[in-house]
Amino acid sequence: MEKGRNNESSKLSFYIHIPYCTKRCGYCDFNTYTPGELNSPNLNLITSNYIDAALKEIEQASIQLGNFQVETIFFGGGTPSLLPSYEVSRVISKIANHFEIRPNPEITLEANPDNLDESFLESIRSSGVNRISIGMQSAVPHVLRTLDRTHNPENVVRSCELVRKAGFEHLSVDLIYGTPGESLQDWQESFESAFQLPIDHISAYALIVENGTKLAAQIKRGELQMPPDDETAEKYLQFDAVATRKGFSWYELSNWAIPGAESLHNKAYWNGSSWWGVGPGAHSFIDGRRWWNVKHPAKYQELIRQDKSPKQDSEVLSKENIRDEFVMLRIRTREGIEFDRLSDKQLEVANQFKNSGHIESSTWSDSRLVLTAKGRLIADRIVRELLV
Amino acid sequence: MPAIPLAKAPQPAHTNPEQIRNFCIIAHIDHGKSTLADRMLGITGVVEARNMREQYLDRMDIERERGITIKSQAVRLPWKSGIDGKDYILNMIDTPGHVDFTYEVSRSLAACEGAILLVDCAQGIEAQTLANLYLAMENNLTIIPVLNKIDLPAAQPEKFAIELSKLVGCQPSDCLRVSGKTGEGVTELLDQIVAQIPAPKGSLSAPARALIFDSVYDTYRGVVTYVRVFDGKLSPREQIQMISTGVKHELLDIGVISPEPVSSSGLGVGEVGYLITGVKDVRQSRVGDTVTSYQNPAKEALSGYKDPKPMVFSGLYPIDGDDYPMLRDALDKLQLNDAALVYEPETSAALGFGFRCGFLGLLHMEIVRERLEREFNLSLISTAPNVVYRVFLEDGKEKIVTNPSEYPNGKVEKVFEPIIKATILAPSEFIGTIMELCQSRRGVLGGMDYLSEDRVEIRYTLPLAEIVFDFFDQLKSRTKGYASLDYEPIGEAEGDLVKVDILLQGDTVDAFSSIVHREKAYPYGVMMTGKLRELIPRQQFEVPIQAAIGAKIIARENIRAIRKDVLAKCYGGDITRKRKLLEKQKEGKKRMKMVGRVEVPQEAFIAALSTNSDGEGGKGKK
Repeated sequence: MEKGRNNESSKLSFYIHIPYCTKRCGYCDFNTYTPGELNSPNLNLITSNYIDAALKEIEQASIQLGNFQVETIFFGGGTPSLLPSYEVSRVISKIANHFEIRPNPEITLEANPDNLDESFLESIRSSGVNRISIGMQSAVPHVLRTLDRTHNPENVVRSCELVRKAGFEHLSVDLIYGTPGESLQDWQESFESAFQLPIDHISAYALIVENGTKLAAQIKRGELQMPPDDETAEKYLQFDAVATRKGFSWYELSNWAIPGAESLHNKAYWNGSSWWGVGPGAHSFIDGRRWWNVKHPAKYQELIRQDKSPKQDSEVLSKENIRDEFVMLRIRTREGIEFDRLSDKQLEVANQFKNSGHIESSTWSDSRLVLTAKGRLIADRIVRELLV
Repeated sequence: MPAIPLAKAPQPAHTNPEQIRNFCIIAHIDHGKSTLADRMLGITGVVEARNMREQYLDRMDIERERGITIKSQAVRLPWKSGIDGKDYILNMIDTPGHVDFTYEVSRSLAACEGAILLVDCAQGIEAQTLANLYLAMENNLTIIPVLNKIDLPAAQPEKFAIELSKLVGCQPSDCLRVSGKTGEGVTELLDQIVAQIPAPKGSLSAPARALIFDSVYDTYRGVVTYVRVFDGKLSPREQIQMISTGVKHELLDIGVISPEPVSSSGLGVGEVGYLITGVKDVRQSRVGDTVTSYQNPAKEALSGYKDPKPMVFSGLYPIDGDDYPMLRDALDKLQLNDAALVYEPETSAALGFGFRCGFLGLLHMEIVRERLEREFNLSLISTAPNVVYRVFLEDGKEKIVTNPSEYPNGKVEKVFEPIIKATILAPSEFIGTIMELCQSRRGVLGGMDYLSEDRVEIRYTLPLAEIVFDFFDQLKSRTKGYASLDYEPIGEAEGDLVKVDILLQGDTVDAFSSIVHREKAYPYGVMMTGKLRELIPRQQFEVPIQAAIGAKIIARENIRAIRKDVLAKCYGGDITRKRKLLEKQKEGKKRMKMVGRVEVPQEAFIAALSTNSDGEGGKGKK
């Protein structure tokens, strides 16, 4: 990399993938498995073996990387809240044993509101987890049903209270909008109830229909119909306005936070710093090189047991790739893109989007390209216009 | 056995004109001309049964697949008459069977003394057959009416014998009845050709004069020219001259087709055969021209020569701009065999580099397009077909317009457009719907005659522009496929015409400009803007689509700006996937055409330009 090894690139984030769920949700295409799919009566035994393997991959990372300072750890999934609390602790200790860790690192765990209890929360809090992200998705029962989510909306309220009581610094919820059958009122009801919660961070995602999911099949068969894009755009603008009023500022196009509560782990992905994904199917990015692990947990554990790298494939980014990714990722952030990273031709294109209200004119004078809410809604198109 | 062994048959260049009969077969597609010709080849013994294949004389794949003959041939058939027992030579000259090739048909007819009018007696006569019959009668040919397919259960020979006898002016009992398929009646037909059709007349001692009735490019031999000798004699190695061009050629080979080419010691009065001179381009050996001897040239050409004149024009563009040189080469090659095809390079702001091509008519256009795509493996966009306009500006200047986008924007004094005479044959129950269609296309009724109790011939005068788009499809669908159409150009007439431009975001899209009658400008504008609104994807800005006559907007649609085009999630595992998608889009950019700032996919152009003005359903094959 041109930048060389300055302070920025020696920082490291860990993503720990927990590829298990009690049940697969209809819209989800993540790399996760249910006990049924793994022919197992319960998850405890599997997860214990699995965590053993994950710890070994962390060892492999320490050998490969040497002197990196860990800034953030993120337990994602799957359903990390299914883990016994001591397994969470084992992972954090392992990283601490093999890497230098910055003071007060951000450690996040994704949780399902249905299986959070006080003792689990207290236990992981004491292991160092300081941020919980709850998959709320919606507060409206018929929307949750369409999404094939099992949780009871009241559990979200209860879980959030428990999280705060256990003394976590940060709490976030995830919402999904644009679900088939969701009205503008339904959406408003969902985010209004989210803002009642003791949160300092919120992610709102427009529903993506992934190939091969149950939801995709239902749409194909005509049982469900996606709402028009214009309405989904309306929902985004509505949400952004309310979030701002409630003191939450956008820092990436699907993420809002009380200033200071932005997820550092998320930002690592968009700033091009280094991150290592542990677990099956996880991606890693270190100094301009990216790779991803084999997808199935059994295959993954097999390779680890043989002291092999679980890597499936990798790519070395060309200068052009790096430039493209920079624009592609940074345009999504409030930080935006400094003009000196753009060519004259790209600035010319950007200027047209400024004139059409898609790019902020207030930051334009600071030589910085930042999208307006209207612009964020067509960010992929703007990227195409800039790069293609 | 009336067949004569070939060796004992009268030989080329040594055949008394009294022994020769030159004839052609006038028939509609599907009426069994090729099957009858096959049967004649078999019965006269020129093709042995084991070498026989179906539609022996149709050379091109497209001909065989579509069951139509595009290029004609001439076959020399020896025949011993069952009536007088003498030996004869029958030259069967095949004629193209379709509307666009009237001129070529007229030259084939001019090479004959007689014609078989062949009609499927389950279907009756069709419009093009009728047109060719009239042409044959104008050429004073002896007509032998023949009802074919008498073996079919649905055959109605009595009914159609009456129809034919009225048209030809004979008795119903004079109509021969044959089955090309079973061979029934074909021997009698061959005898009647000898008995009824006059022998050719000509001066043996006069300077040679031979009519070119066909000219075909062959990869190995160059241009093969088919001729009928009227006067004198043509001999091998002799120098010949084409009268219209004055160009001299050496006769490298001369002979007859029987049904494979056989070199001969020449061709005498009344004989039909081929010439090879080594030229590589059919335009140097044009249908209708007269061949004469260079040493002893004839003073006068045979009458009737005309330059082929393109009537219908369309822009052809490669879908992939890189294929432009291939398209040029392909057109060059097709032109070697098609004197009527003209083209010149053209640039469209919307479609890039292509060619404006001129065709004899709609079928000709379709055949050329199909051959380009099939034989040369090209994917093409063609603009909507249009005719030639003669435009007079207010300053008195005249301008010929073959591309609507070149229609003058300034003050137009008057415009002339080509007019055709259309003949439509159909069951009488469809008279109403046919008249309605023709009326809506600015048609003027010229007359109507009953061919039989329930079949009618309707004649209309129409602007050619009104039938080049989808007239034939409409006619077929309104008459359940029963109507047949023939047309011939009869001149030009002044029209109240305007150019309608289509604008995207204020920029004219040249490929969509069209010249229409003033009364149809509004419906055309509404149709086209509506169609484009459906076809063009939403852009990041609003795109007005307008139809305009000059500066006046007559119709308007709006493509609203796109409001959402972003994937909500972009974390670790999504990044590579997203970048790869971007790389793919860089590739796909080629298939997008930019009109000003508006991205228009190729598919939108293809769909908008399809020959379907009313926006209903797909385009039917003819």
